[in-house]
Amino acid sequence: MPQPLRLLQGNEACAEGAIAAGARFFAGYPITPSTEIAEELSRLMPRVGGTFIQMEDEIASMAAVIGASLAGAKALTATSGPGFSLMQENIGHAAMAQVPCVIINVMRGGPSTGLPTDPAQGDVMQARWGTHGEHSIIALCPSSVEECFRLTVEAFNLAERYRTPVVVLSDAMVGHMREGVALPLPEELEIVERRQPNCSPEEYRSLVSTVDNILPRPPLGSKFKVRVTGLVYDRQSGRPDTATPAVAQELGSYLRQKIYCHAAEIVRVEELCMEDAEVAIFAYGSVARAAKAAMRWARRSGVRVGLVRPITLWPFPTAAVERMARQVRTVIVPEMNLRQIAWEVQAAVRGAAEVVDYGRIDGRLITPEEIQELIKAQFYYHHWEA
Amino acid sequence: MSALIDERRIEMPSQPHSPKIRPRSTEEITRHLITPKTIWCPGCTNGVVLRAIVDALLNLHSAPESTLDLDKVTLVAGIGCCGRIVQYLDFSSVHTTHGRALAVATGAKLADPQLHVVVVMGDGDCMAIGGNHLIHAARRNLDLTAIVFNNSIYGMTGGQMSPTTFEGDRSTTSTYGNVEQAFDTCELAHAAGATYVARGTTYNYLQLARLIAGGIAHQGFAFIEAMVICPT
Repeated sequence: MPQPLRLLQGNEACAEGAIAAGARFFAGYPITPSTEIAEELSRLMPRVGGTFIQMEDEIASMAAVIGASLAGAKALTATSGPGFSLMQENIGHAAMAQVPCVIINVMRGGPSTGLPTDPAQGDVMQARWGTHGEHSIIALCPSSVEECFRLTVEAFNLAERYRTPVVVLSDAMVGHMREGVALPLPEELEIVERRQPNCSPEEYRSLVSTVDNILPRPPLGSKFKVRVTGLVYDRQSGRPDTATPAVAQELGSYLRQKIYCHAAEIVRVEELCMEDAEVAIFAYGSVARAAKAAMRWARRSGVRVGLVRPITLWPFPTAAVERMARQVRTVIVPEMNLRQIAWEVQAAVRGAAEVVDYGRIDGRLITPEEIQELIKAQFYYHHWEA
Repeated sequence: MSALIDERRIEMPSQPHSPKIRPRSTEEITRHLITPKTIWCPGCTNGVVLRAIVDALLNLHSAPESTLDLDKVTLVAGIGCCGRIVQYLDFSSVHTTHGRALAVATGAKLADPQLHVVVVMGDGDCMAIGGNHLIHAARRNLDLTAIVFNNSIYGMTGGQMSPTTFEGDRSTTSTYGNVEQAFDTCELAHAAGATYVARGTTYNYLQLARLIAGGIAHQGFAFIEAMVICPT
């Protein structure tokens, strides 16, 4: 029997997704427009034997998530712009120390306090490069309530599989929007559990993670002595080594490769009507909803427009963009920031197609009509119905 | 100090109820060291606290009806000279970011209440950048043991003033004498709700080890200030 249809908010769906994925620890700090995730998890966590804690700030929230994850729990936090900025220090620690965890960032207008209750997509680059130093990250971008649920589950799976922090980049519109959704049954979901070593502690110490075989991390307090550090460490011994340049180079390359070498498995892109498209819209998150409506309007008007919607924003779906660029003459990139992803598209397109960017940072949604105008400019010879 | 603070008694773990310490031999202590090399300067007394921590753990572990499983000991450290302690010992450990050790420890302890979490911080780590985490960890009264190595200076960065540098003292960032007053770390921890507060020095080793053992045995937030010397 399918699950009953429920009227859920995007933020509530994220909370439900976290529980379904097996998350048993949440640490957070209230901030609009993500607060409902904390509220919902304060209700749900105790029911499944999990822990909810409201920390003193977002720095501490991210730190507590790292501590809980190292102790063996699937752990997450949820925040918005200013809080996400405060978390960057420890997101870097999680990337360096390879701590699986999930950060849900419900994007709002910025910088600073900005537009606290309005949607934006200004944090996409912060999600990629917010913490200092070379690192890699995975970021997923939901555009519906159901996707908030599914991508939160997927975020945990990716975090556990690649032992890395994963960011869910929701926004104030997706987070606060209500839709009727039938959540999938637990047996329909693929849940990746944290692997545990099946060897002795002595043998475990002699093993080293490779890109194709990322070693399981036993929890703190087990007979495996776990040593975690944010310093550059020797991957064999796990001990800090800041004096050997080759160790730092090797570790940095490994942290990058363990994500980028698996880009084909991590990256998901939705393509609509791309078979014969002359013009593509490249849109993500809530903007993709308007883009989809504009694309349908264009198709009804008889012009060949397609939609490419990155579900995974980081690592960037370069292969999909290259494929798109070989086919279309123009890529329209509407986003609720000023060119953050358009630059990335331009870099991947490498001149093979024209990139038209369109940005709004006034806290208003990009409407289908605005995207229609951009499409019209691309088909100026076409006779448009009034 | 003010009457408010005096209303509650600061527990003095040097009282008879605190654990007895039979100091372990150097051999027994060094068995838990994974390296003979430290980054500490000659004359630094951080090593004395390191030994006191191991001594306290071993004594608690071997006490009759002991519930302390050494596998469950987790050291959590911040950034600074003393933070390196976790790299020298063979216990599970997390070397966190500057000031955030108590917040990481909070998450670890809540996710696995069986852990014995010992948090190692410096004075700048705990009182300046991590000050907010300290007062909230104390307020929550979680079963954590926080040990602050207080040398009244930022040692690793070369001798800048810290929140525990005394008024008038000179440092590389208070070249004309510190104009600020110093924190009394124990009074702060007590006022914030810590249920075990102690101060020891590396001069009195046995007392320090006993205070640390008392803190680890204490059910609740234990705060131990270890006065150490920075020769740099």
